[in-house]
Amino acid sequence: MKDKSMDAGLTEESREYVTMTVADQLFGIPVLTVQDVLGPQRITRIPLSPPEIAGALNLRGRIVTAIDVRRRLQLPARSADTSSMSVVVDHKGELYSLIVDAVGEVMSLPADSYERNPATLDPRWREVSGGIYRLKGKLLVVLEVARLLEMRRADAA
Amino acid sequence: MDDLLREFLTETTESISLLDLELVKLEQNPNDPELLSNIFRLVHTIKGTCGFLGLPRLEAVAHASENILGRVRDGELTVTPAAVSLILESLDRIKGLLSVLEQTEAEPAGEDGDLIQRLNALAEGAASAAPAAAEQSLPVVEALAPVEAEETPAMSAAPIAEPEAAPAPALVSEEALAESKPAGKSLAAEVVEAKESTVAMQSIRVGVDVLENLMTMVSELVLTRNQLLQILRSQKDTEFTTPLQRLNHVTSELQEGVMKTRMQPIGNAWSKLPRLVRDLSHELSKKIDLQMLGAETELDRQVLELIKDPLTHLVRNCADHGLEGPADRKKAGKPDTGRITLNAFHEGGHIVIEISDDGRGLPLDKIRAKALANKLATETEIAAMTDQQVMQFIFKAGFSTAAQVTSVSGRGVGMDVVRTNIEKIGGTVELKSRPGKGTSFIIKIPLTLAIVSALIVECGGERFAIPQISVLELVRAAPGSESTIERINDASVLRLRNRLLPLVSLRELLHLDDGKVDESKRSSGETFIVVTQVGNYTFGIMVDRVFDTEEIVVKPVAPILRDVGMFSGNTILGDGSVIMILDPNGIAEASGGQGHAETAHAAEELAGPATHENERVTLLVFRVGGGTPKAVPLSLIARLEEVDGKSIEFGDGRPLVQYRGKLMPLVPVDATYETKREGRQPILVFTDGSRSMGLLVDEIVDIVEERLSIEMSAKRPGVIGSAIVSGKATDIVDTGHYLIQAYPDWFGNMDRQGARAASDGKRLLLVDDSPFFRNLLAPLLSTAGYEVTTAESADQALGLCEAGRDFDVIVSDIEMPGMDGFQFAETVRKNSRWQETPLVALTSRTAPQDIDRGRQVGFTDYIAKLDREALLRTLSETTGSARGAA
Repeated sequence: MKDKSMDAGLTEESREYVTMTVADQLFGIPVLTVQDVLGPQRITRIPLSPPEIAGALNLRGRIVTAIDVRRRLQLPARSADTSSMSVVVDHKGELYSLIVDAVGEVMSLPADSYERNPATLDPRWREVSGGIYRLKGKLLVVLEVARLLEMRRADAA
Repeated sequence: MDDLLREFLTETTESISLLDLELVKLEQNPNDPELLSNIFRLVHTIKGTCGFLGLPRLEAVAHASENILGRVRDGELTVTPAAVSLILESLDRIKGLLSVLEQTEAEPAGEDGDLIQRLNALAEGAASAAPAAAEQSLPVVEALAPVEAEETPAMSAAPIAEPEAAPAPALVSEEALAESKPAGKSLAAEVVEAKESTVAMQSIRVGVDVLENLMTMVSELVLTRNQLLQILRSQKDTEFTTPLQRLNHVTSELQEGVMKTRMQPIGNAWSKLPRLVRDLSHELSKKIDLQMLGAETELDRQVLELIKDPLTHLVRNCADHGLEGPADRKKAGKPDTGRITLNAFHEGGHIVIEISDDGRGLPLDKIRAKALANKLATETEIAAMTDQQVMQFIFKAGFSTAAQVTSVSGRGVGMDVVRTNIEKIGGTVELKSRPGKGTSFIIKIPLTLAIVSALIVECGGERFAIPQISVLELVRAAPGSESTIERINDASVLRLRNRLLPLVSLRELLHLDDGKVDESKRSSGETFIVVTQVGNYTFGIMVDRVFDTEEIVVKPVAPILRDVGMFSGNTILGDGSVIMILDPNGIAEASGGQGHAETAHAAEELAGPATHENERVTLLVFRVGGGTPKAVPLSLIARLEEVDGKSIEFGDGRPLVQYRGKLMPLVPVDATYETKREGRQPILVFTDGSRSMGLLVDEIVDIVEERLSIEMSAKRPGVIGSAIVSGKATDIVDTGHYLIQAYPDWFGNMDRQGARAASDGKRLLLVDDSPFFRNLLAPLLSTAGYEVTTAESADQALGLCEAGRDFDVIVSDIEMPGMDGFQFAETVRKNSRWQETPLVALTSRTAPQDIDRGRQVGFTDYIAKLDREALLRTLSETTGSARGAA
């Protein structure tokens, strides 16, 4: 399920990630998979859709499905007064917008600070995590976009 | 030049250049079946089109070449250079003919007897199995190039090289050929180049995907343009005004232009029809005149492709079923030549295609009979249907029956497929038929699938688009206004021109309630109703607001949303927001019995797991006086009527009403009921043959589908028992009781078939696990003269068998807990005292394989549940014949 760029990245010295925070946790997505970073958007709700799907939005004439990453990771909902940002990714030709709390910088992360998922990681997180980078003072979880978008129907219902 | 001819020239010139290449390849790989069949297909197409366009010379040459290829394909001829060059020669001849055709629009005079003769000689060469002279292949190879050089006697004898006879020389000849080929080819190329078709130069073939891509880009541009215009409207006097307006016009023209590249005249879809009709008229010995009007009407090629087959099928149907033979037509006072008319025209954003014939019209009686035979509806249901409703049966799956299948029709594409295919592309089919005058199908389809016109509505703070083609009208409903929403139990309905329109709340359907709007405010406010039609089902969608219609570009929904069946796509509006497009089909499906299904489940849960009845029964719920609501299976009711209280008369002290030219007795539900003398009196009409009776009720409440379980059986006459219907205790009415009140001999009515005599005193065993059916059928059967014993399971029935009871006939349900009806029949038939007793299956499972299985395990007959008349008739026949045999 790993995407190609990821495999390629691991053999190199370092890799670039777009970093973002969700509920104070730092996450990273390979920079090449990111199409856009957006501020708060007008999102159209999609009735009857799984709860993780926040709705659909218009990105320069393309319809993008918005995923609430907090919901997806079963984290408490964002309080109403905090703003949100989105990272737009391409998955199998479709665009998805991942709604996160904040988007940080692009970081070049050395391969030697990469580690596999610790065995103690919550299974729900392990499912979407492609490994951990040890950074100064904090840890970065690599988000596997393909897995993130694979929603189990049982959860959705 | 004729469009058809121009297209033919373009296509054939292309095919021939392709053939040149393919034939050469074939010579090198004589055993490649794929190559061979490709060549065969190309030549075959050329021949076919020539024949169609009436070009006999071309057709003859192509035909002779095809013959050779056919024999090669069938393995009767082997590929030899001689054969290939001869075919190439005939291709050159075709090219020559085509160039003349292009200049003069007619085939040149003359004939190709010599060439054809040689082609035929080669084709027949296989049969005569002339001894192969391998050496002769070489001169043949040399003879490849100039046409004149081939006019040698050696060629006309063109013997076939048999590989096994002389393998080595054959190999040589192939090598030689491979060498000589490029030369030959370049020569041929020169020839072709010299007379390169000028027509072919005027059009370019472009891949469909290129056009599709272009269309998508233009759609995006249109959306962006719409957005810009929206912004422009909010700002006055900006420097952008003029350039934006230019952009607007250019975009519109570009959109039109790109649309045009995808547009094709509908005549393209019709081009094969004249031939089809000609063949049909021979096959069916009918005289048929095909008229095609509006062939130049253009529509999107994607749509065109999709309607080709449905159109062909409809025309075939007209010719086969619609039109009468010449003799019948004369008898009916019509000209002996039948006419099929195709008429296409634009109407709004749609194209309308009418396919009509002046034949006999739809045979309504036959359709009714067939619908009954195929168990598509019960007799009472059919009796209650209008002619228009009956006609719709022809669109039902599997309606075409064996009696109808001729070599022409019944080839597996039924009318149901026609309708499905048309509906798939957002179209509709209407059907009009007048007996003796003819039938017409009216197909309405969108011009293009990419851009549709949609109505924008709002509900629960969200906006949605509804495709305009499904929208019939809009109704504003507000309390105190002309239109008010009424409720029957949980279901909302609207009175629309004297008809009740079922309503679907978009808010409930899509779970749009998030507490923003409180209930009281909503119910007091106005509601808009979008009257929507899906197939024959018309219903209203309740929304909060209705905006404009907008041209929208349909985009598919993201794959992770495909499971949500309510949307057919999404789009971006002029203001830049994303909006979901509602799928009226999905809504109709989801709303069918929505509220009721829930209550039915609730009732079932209450009743506990002990209930086994899983048959769902459609019940009509009504009220008489106060107290408990009453219900009766809908299938027993022929019609619901309302009569004016003043029109109720009395005869012999009993209320009567004049109904359809006859006197119909009216029966009150109980003796204390007072017949209304004023206002509307609703009645439930039951019919049997020519007799009808009306049951007087106060109010018809609802029609519900329930898993029925009778909780308490009643001792009161006229009531079978009580059950929970829509969450309320309801009396289930014994119709038999009232039928006898109206006509004491109602069931004895069967006498006219001598049934009564046969049934008198016959012992009948009824095996059914459902108390409802036992309670419904037992009185009915005993009134019909049977001595009825009931058993609630197969085991209990077999117990009676062991106990030494005898019966004249056994009626058994199929679906029962424990031993089912099939097993029961098997057991009875295998070795029991009842081996010879007629067994009648009574079931809701009437699929052909069930019926087959039933017969295999030993059921004498198979009857649909609730088909009262069929049951009584079958029983009388069965017991009658059993007695005759005994």
